[in-house]
Amino acid sequence: MSHLLQVDQLIVEIGAVRIVDGVSFHIAAGETYALLGESGCGKSMTALSLMRLLPDGGRISAGSVRLDGENILTLPESAMRRVRGGGLAMVFQEPMLALNPVIKVGDQIAEALGLHQGLRGQPMTDAARALLDAVGVPDAARRLDSYPFELSGGLRQRVMIAMALAGQPKLLIADEPTTALDVTIQAQVLDVLRHLRAERRMGMLLITHDLGVVAENADRVGVMYAGELVEEGARADFFATPQHPYSRMLFDALPRPGDGGRLTTIPGQVPRLDEALHGCRFAPRCPFAIARCRLESPQWQAINGQRVRCHLAGSLPPRTAHAAGVHAIPAQTEQALLQVDGLKVHFPIRRGLIQRTIGHVRAVDDVSLSIQPGRTLALVGESGCGKTTVGKALLRLIEPTAGTVALAGETLGAHNVPTLRRQMQMVFQDPFSSLNPRMRVADILLEGMDALQIGAASARRDAVVQLLQQVGLPDDAGGRYPHAFSGGQRQRIAIARALAVAPRLLICDEPTSALDVSVQAQILNLLKDLQNRLGLAYLFITHNLAVVDYLAHAVAVMYLGRIVEHGAATDVLRAPRHPYTQALVSAVPRIDAQSGQSIIRLSGDQPSPLNPPAGCHFHPRCPHASEVCRQTYPDQTDLGGGHWVRCHWVAGQV
Amino acid sequence: MDIQPVILWTDGLIFALLAGVLALAWSISRQEHLRAPWAAVGRRPMAMGAALVLGVFVAIGLLDSLHYREKLADSPVDKPQYSVEVLSVFDALVGDLRTRNEKTYSAPLAMHLYAKEFVDRDGQAVREYPRLQYGGAHLRDATERRPDIVRRSAIALTQGLAASLLLFGVLAAWQARRAKLSLGEWLTRWGEGRLGWPGRTLVCMATLLLILAGVLMHLAAGYHVFGTDKVGQDVLYITLKSIRTGLVIGTLTTLVTLPLAISLGIAAGYFRGWVDDVIQYVYTVLNSIPGVLLIAAAVLIVQGYIESHPELFDNAAARADVRLLALCLIMGMTSWTGLARLLRGEALKLSTLDYVDAARAFGVSHTRILSRHIFPNVFHLVLIAIVLDFSGLVLAEAVLSYVGVGVDPSMHSWGNMINGARLELAREPTVWWQLGAAFTFMFTLVLAANLFADGVRDAFDPRREGGR
Repeated sequence: MSHLLQVDQLIVEIGAVRIVDGVSFHIAAGETYALLGESGCGKSMTALSLMRLLPDGGRISAGSVRLDGENILTLPESAMRRVRGGGLAMVFQEPMLALNPVIKVGDQIAEALGLHQGLRGQPMTDAARALLDAVGVPDAARRLDSYPFELSGGLRQRVMIAMALAGQPKLLIADEPTTALDVTIQAQVLDVLRHLRAERRMGMLLITHDLGVVAENADRVGVMYAGELVEEGARADFFATPQHPYSRMLFDALPRPGDGGRLTTIPGQVPRLDEALHGCRFAPRCPFAIARCRLESPQWQAINGQRVRCHLAGSLPPRTAHAAGVHAIPAQTEQALLQVDGLKVHFPIRRGLIQRTIGHVRAVDDVSLSIQPGRTLALVGESGCGKTTVGKALLRLIEPTAGTVALAGETLGAHNVPTLRRQMQMVFQDPFSSLNPRMRVADILLEGMDALQIGAASARRDAVVQLLQQVGLPDDAGGRYPHAFSGGQRQRIAIARALAVAPRLLICDEPTSALDVSVQAQILNLLKDLQNRLGLAYLFITHNLAVVDYLAHAVAVMYLGRIVEHGAATDVLRAPRHPYTQALVSAVPRIDAQSGQSIIRLSGDQPSPLNPPAGCHFHPRCPHASEVCRQTYPDQTDLGGGHWVRCHWVAGQV
Repeated sequence: MDIQPVILWTDGLIFALLAGVLALAWSISRQEHLRAPWAAVGRRPMAMGAALVLGVFVAIGLLDSLHYREKLADSPVDKPQYSVEVLSVFDALVGDLRTRNEKTYSAPLAMHLYAKEFVDRDGQAVREYPRLQYGGAHLRDATERRPDIVRRSAIALTQGLAASLLLFGVLAAWQARRAKLSLGEWLTRWGEGRLGWPGRTLVCMATLLLILAGVLMHLAAGYHVFGTDKVGQDVLYITLKSIRTGLVIGTLTTLVTLPLAISLGIAAGYFRGWVDDVIQYVYTVLNSIPGVLLIAAAVLIVQGYIESHPELFDNAAARADVRLLALCLIMGMTSWTGLARLLRGEALKLSTLDYVDAARAFGVSHTRILSRHIFPNVFHLVLIAIVLDFSGLVLAEAVLSYVGVGVDPSMHSWGNMINGARLELAREPTVWWQLGAAFTFMFTLVLAANLFADGVRDAFDPRREGGR
């Protein structure tokens, strides 16, 4: 049987490092093959070498790539240009970077059309419009004349897909196509991809690290680890019985809804590929490893339709179903640790010579929250809804426009900012930009203690060692620079830095979104441990609902600067009432896709906070919007048990 | 011979700068993340070869910055009097190269003047090319000149080779001992370029320089290698003396630029708001005034001041020196804007990074954030700017002196040499050697500086990491 794409023993080297080592797979027409793995395991390099677009210094040293039986690795560069776009097309991860900002969208699509279909003039414009229609861009004719900056992330990604389709490729390579997008937009884009594949009988190579995306889109799955393919199988088989210990641990590391137990973590990290590798590459991190694993690289073994590279294939103990842990809910105390009332952050927009204020971006518009000691409140919303601004305004990194913040009963103002800073600290999203690369870890940890004059100067050095132990880093870590640590370790340093001043409340701004699943599990475990041990309260700002489900006691859902639904985590996530929350919850790709619940598709994007819609901000996207929604902003509707929503539709039902 | 040391303003600043650079190098060598890019520079053959050439220039410049005055022979013992002429260690080393002046122009390696003159021969006035006083004075007639030059060059070549072989032998023995290798093994490694530093390039470069130095020394002993100028001074001597002027302009100007550029650039980027507005207006205004105009005005003011206060300067060298310093200052004042703008952009970017926010969340003061978080992270830009600006400034001096608003006309500088050669180029036959010598030396210095700057930029530019 001939496949659309047949990759055999592909070896890619950059310098002396083998970043892809003997990868073989095939994709049939109309099939989606998902390449799954953590960052740095060679997924993207595999995709780039199929297109022969490797970065400088990279070369394909062995193997063959056959597209419709033709080995494209031996083609001359001139013939390869026909294959790129015509045979294979690629959609990149970052839609912000993949479009040329100074050329109109229509012209960029037209360029590809002219190259591959030889169209000119009116037929070309028509074809471009048809492509935009096909990828679900509303008002396609007008969008052709837009520049990329006028489009939102989701629209840009669709334009990218349209460009990729312009050459009528046989195989579409999608490299993390939705990672940079919000869940509701992700659902839209994945929908478009699924639809197109079925319609055009394209093959699709989907590269992702998200098991949920794989579960909903792939026909077959390949798992990559350290440059090798370690497991391959049909989606249903793979999700029912993952065979490789690595695949199994990836599943176990996912936060489970409503389960407060510890997550399985994969100890250690992906091995450096420039070192000599012996035996199975996963052996150092594998709990089942035997002596043979360390000596001998395992060969492929077939187990009922699945293929796996593991010496112990088939003989591993069956996966134990996790006993759902009990949510340890600390006793409710009467007094809230943090009480926020009517917080507003408006950024003035200035124009003209004398910098006249012509309007405000209402990034945060009347937000009220409260957090009990030792509990976690998750602030959930899509990017641009103002959740990070809330966190920064609480710490007065951004001066709030209005509203009061009270910490342990004490209202905060300019006079008691130092007190506030001892009690409340922040952990940032990106562990690479949150640590100064020119400072030693010990100096980073000391900075807060020095600035706030905590403890005697002599005692602070000892405190550093203690902090490092607390977050599970070796004692000698203090003398090293941040670049010596991996992403997960850096996030531990960032947490230790916040803990250095012994705060009672940590504001965690997406602390795991830049990390791989297995590392995310380590950090979530750590946060949970610290909460149990030190009685910390968390304000957990995130867009990842699975993490919320795992960690949070209460949830507040934000839309365009306002909280639209608030309640206990189980209430809000299991029985969401606000149409926006419902859409958000249903859009999350789940690995147990059998639940069969239909995804609520939201049309369009979040409007700009500069000019929010009149009435309920959500009404332009809401499936239940009525006349009253367009006119007045809804009041709080109490549903009992601290669960409330702001929605006319729900209010009408109650 | 009694001497009285003289410390001119620029001498003091140059040695202060040298001390500063050494201190910086010491502190860099103690910090691993700062040392790494310099080690990368050290592995680039081109950069290290250029550094060696630069080193020779710097050594000459430094020797030329140790000034003194000789005691007059007939001065009373109890109240010593010193010559008004300020000399340097370099002058002492080159010996009588300074004093062997001819009457006027003579071509390189010539034994006759360049123009015919009436010479009294046996009571008859004959119009002919008179013999030089020093150049080729040891020769009996013109036929001996060529063999003599060849002989001297051959001796110089052998001596240069011998010296470099000796040096290489010592280096090899020392390095082999340090690496605990046999000499043969070290030599194989050296030959294959597996030393971890560009040994072959450096040794070849050093050999070349030694041979060149030998040839110059041997020929200069009997001839004027680059000829003589209008007043009969040896052009080689003037060219070598000009090195110091070029280096002073290139380095001291940067010294003036840096505090302004760093403090204003970072402040504008970090504080934003009205601070940013003010600083931006200042440098926009400064940038829109033609630089040459500003420099000319400032130099003329300084010139007027010097002339109306002769009592402040005890000799001509001090006067020329103050004018040089003034030129450095004014060039520094006009050239900080580029670096400041670069640093403003970088500081704007850095001040939004999470680690700055984290520091602010602890209530860390602005000065501390600037000194610990912002400055160390823009330092690589400062370094790159310094080495890139250096060659531009050397060239700028030549242009300004040519226009007549540069250094003092009595000071040796390439710009003045070119200015002096300007009119003579129109002469038939052309007097080309002054321009040629200035051009060769300036070209070598600027090329070496640019190649070195390239190496530094490649090593420090984070975008180029790994992509070699």
